[in-house]
Amino acid sequence: MRGYLLIAAAVAVLAAVPLVVQSNVVLNFLVVTLMIALAGQGWNILGGYGGQYSFGHAAFFGTGAYVTAILQAHYGVNAWVGFVAGIAAGAAVGAVIGGLTFRAGLRSSYFALVTLAFAEVLRILASVAPITGAGVGILIKLDLRPQAFQFQSRALFYLVILALVAVALLAAQLIERSRFGAWLIAVRENEDAAMALGVDATMVKLGAMVISAAITAAAGCFYAQYFLFIDAPIAYGTWISIEALLTPIIGGAGTVFGALIGALVAKSLGEAARFVTGDVPGLDLMTYGAMLVLVIAFAPRGLVGALADLRSGLVRRFAAVRKPVEAAHG
Amino acid sequence: MAEPLLAVEAVSCRFGGLLAVDAASLSAPAARITALIGPNGAGKTTLFAVISGFLKPSSGRVHYDGADVTGEPPHRLARRGIARTFQIVQPFAGLSVRENILVGAHLRRAARAEALARAEQVGREVGLGDVLDRPAHTLTVAGRKRLELAKALATEPKLLLLDEVLAGLNPSEIRDIVPVIRDLSARGIAVVMIEHVMQAVMSLAAHVFVLAEGRIIAEGSPAQVAEDRTVVEAYLGHGAAAKVRTAHVH
Repeated sequence: MRGYLLIAAAVAVLAAVPLVVQSNVVLNFLVVTLMIALAGQGWNILGGYGGQYSFGHAAFFGTGAYVTAILQAHYGVNAWVGFVAGIAAGAAVGAVIGGLTFRAGLRSSYFALVTLAFAEVLRILASVAPITGAGVGILIKLDLRPQAFQFQSRALFYLVILALVAVALLAAQLIERSRFGAWLIAVRENEDAAMALGVDATMVKLGAMVISAAITAAAGCFYAQYFLFIDAPIAYGTWISIEALLTPIIGGAGTVFGALIGALVAKSLGEAARFVTGDVPGLDLMTYGAMLVLVIAFAPRGLVGALADLRSGLVRRFAAVRKPVEAAHG
Repeated sequence: MAEPLLAVEAVSCRFGGLLAVDAASLSAPAARITALIGPNGAGKTTLFAVISGFLKPSSGRVHYDGADVTGEPPHRLARRGIARTFQIVQPFAGLSVRENILVGAHLRRAARAEALARAEQVGREVGLGDVLDRPAHTLTVAGRKRLELAKALATEPKLLLLDEVLAGLNPSEIRDIVPVIRDLSARGIAVVMIEHVMQAVMSLAAHVFVLAEGRIIAEGSPAQVAEDRTVVEAYLGHGAAAKVRTAHVH
C-alpha cells in the first residue's frame, strides 16, 4: 500500500510542475528526462530486478520509434494505433532476442555483449533499408491535433509522458509484490538455487525481457511523436542503450523509483554542467561517467539504496543516543 | 516393501574420461530416512544432481512417484515434489531470510499473502523464527544450513534430498537440527541424506547406501554397513578391515 501511495505522491508532484513553470526550456528538459526515465524503467525490469544486464536496449527503443513512424509516414496509420503497434513490435523483438539468448544459456557479460550486437545489427540495417529511410531517416508530418498524438502545448506532451512513467512505476511495484517478481529476483540472486525451488528460470527471464522491451519501446514511440524525426543513429544508437542502463543504476537498480530518480539527477547535473561551462560538447557524457564511477564506488545500490542506508544509520544512531539516556534515568 | 517413491536404476555419469557415477542404483521409500554415505569424491553429490535434474545421466533411469523422470529439468522436478539442498549453501544473499523462504513457498501458492504466511511458518519450524527479517548473508553457518532446509521445505516436497546439512556444525547445533529432520520423515516425506556425520546417520537413517568410486558397494541397516568389510576398506584403505579386527582382539 505504501508503495502505491508513494507513486501517487510522486506523480502528483510532477503533474503540478506545469502549473508553476511555463518555460518551454524547462518543460522540454523535463519531457526528455521523463522519456529517459521510461526507457530506464524498462531496462530496470530486466536488469535491475532480473540481474540480466542488457547493453542493447536501443533495439527496443528504436523498434518502437521506427514502427510508429513508418506506420504513420508510409501507411497513413493513426498515430495512437502506431503507438500501440510500436510497443507490441518492441515486445516482439524482446521475445525474439530473449528467446535466442536465454535458451542458449547466455549469462552476464555474454548476454550483455549479444544484446549490444543485436542493437548494432538493427542500427546498421536501419541505416541502409529503404523502409526506414536509410541514411535520411523518417519525418512524421506535422499535424498538431490530439488525434494525431501531437500537441500544441508542451505541457500536454509532458503530461502524456508522465502518465507513461506512472504506468511503468506501477508495473514495477506490481512485479515487486508478485510471485513473478519473487521468482525474477531469485533468478538474479542465484539462478541454480531458484531452479531447485521450482523456478523456470528461462521463462521468467523471457517474461521480464518482454515487459522490459515493451516499456523501453514506449519511450521510443514517444520520442518519434515528440521530435517527429528519427534516423538510425538516434533510434538504434548506443546513446539510448547507455542512458537506459545508467539512469536505473545511478538511481538504484531493482527499485521502483530507481530509474526516475536516476534520470532526474543525472539529467539535472548534466544540464547544470553544460550551463556552468557554457555548453562544452560532450560534457554531459563526462558528468554521467563521473556519476557512474562515484555511485559504483560509494553507493553500489544507487541513490535509493544510499538513502535507505542513511535513514537506517540515522535511526540506529538515534537509538544509540537514546539508550544511555534511558538507562541513566532507569 | 511397497513401491519406493524414488528408484534410481543403474545411473552412470561420465565427464570426459572420468566415470563419476558408475551404474549406481538406489531406492528410497516415503516416510523414511535413507542415507547415502561414502568417502570424499565418491560421486554422491553428482548422483544428487542427477536425481534433482541438474545433470543428465550418461545412462540409466530415474523413476519417481511412478513416472520416469530421467532428464527432466530441475524446476519441473521441483513441481513434482523433489526438493534439494546444496552442499555449498546457496542463499539469495541480498534478500532477507523471509524473502528467501518465500521463493520456495511461491511454488504452490501464487498469492503473496499466503506464500508469506507459509514462509513464516516454515521459518519457525526450522528455528529461524527470530531472524526472519535479517539479510540472509548475515546468518552463521548453522543459520545458512537451516535456511537451505527451510527453502526446500517451503516447496512442500514429497522427496527431500539433503546434501550434508550437518557438515560444519558443532555438536550442539547438530543436536538441534537432528530432531527437525526426524520430524520430516514422521510427516511422510522421503528423506535422502548425504552425510559424513556418522553418529547422525546411525541415529536417523533406516537404510544406508554406500557409494565409493562411483559404485554402490554396500547397503543395509546402519549397523550392517558399519560392520561391512568393503565399507571399512573404502574409507580406511585396503587391508584396513583386518587391522581394525586385530586391534579389537588385542
